Amino acid sequence: MSPFRIPSRVLLAALAVAIAGCVTINIYFPAAAAEKAADAIIDEVWQMKPPRPGGPGAPAADPAKEKTP
Amino acid sequence: MIRLFVILLAWALAGAALAQGNLDIDTPAIAQFKAAMAQRHAQLLLWYQSGAVGLTRDGGVVLREPGAVPLAQRQAVTTLLAGENADRTGLYREIARANGNLAWEADIRATFAQRWVERAPAGWWVENATGIWRQKQ
Repeated sequence: MSPFRIPSRVLLAALAVAIAGCVTINIYFPAAAAEKAADAIIDEVWQMKPPRPGGPGAPAADPAKEKTP
Repeated sequence: MIRLFVILLAWALAGAALAQGNLDIDTPAIAQFKAAMAQRHAQLLLWYQSGAVGLTRDGGVVLREPGAVPLAQRQAVTTLLAGENADRTGLYREIARANGNLAWEADIRATFAQRWVERAPAGWWVENATGIWRQKQ
């Protein structure tokens, strides 16, 4: 099938390392990202974004953010 | 076998990149919490400004000056605050859950606690880490 052979034991070991790396990364709390997320949510809850020209306040007029993946 | 390995490795790296960049806050549950809290905020604003309600060090809200709320409205304000605290707790938990690490809930709560206080406008009352209340200048 493939032009060269890698022992499956090596592949398994590499996979184990990759998965372990994943877990390690997820243990650390992403403080900067959390602050950014908190600020974004606080903006919406307290409606602190500067009002757009055109609509008086219009806090609900933000359909662009409601995207579905 | 190699193809599977490559796919898994790519998936692992993508997950790592995501974990470094942003927290996912685009879930239906989070949108619901935000909408409920934004709506409630309109009713709470007056009480933040009067100093009756303050922002606690643990990322919540509390009726710190009950005497500043007329008796007739006190029950309504208490209900608002209970709802707000429940939604905030739910929000912190949901952000942790949406990002695949429930153990982050306490860190997320601490981050929010700090950001609510930091972002509060002048005149509002906030509690610092040692439990001392002060009015934002």
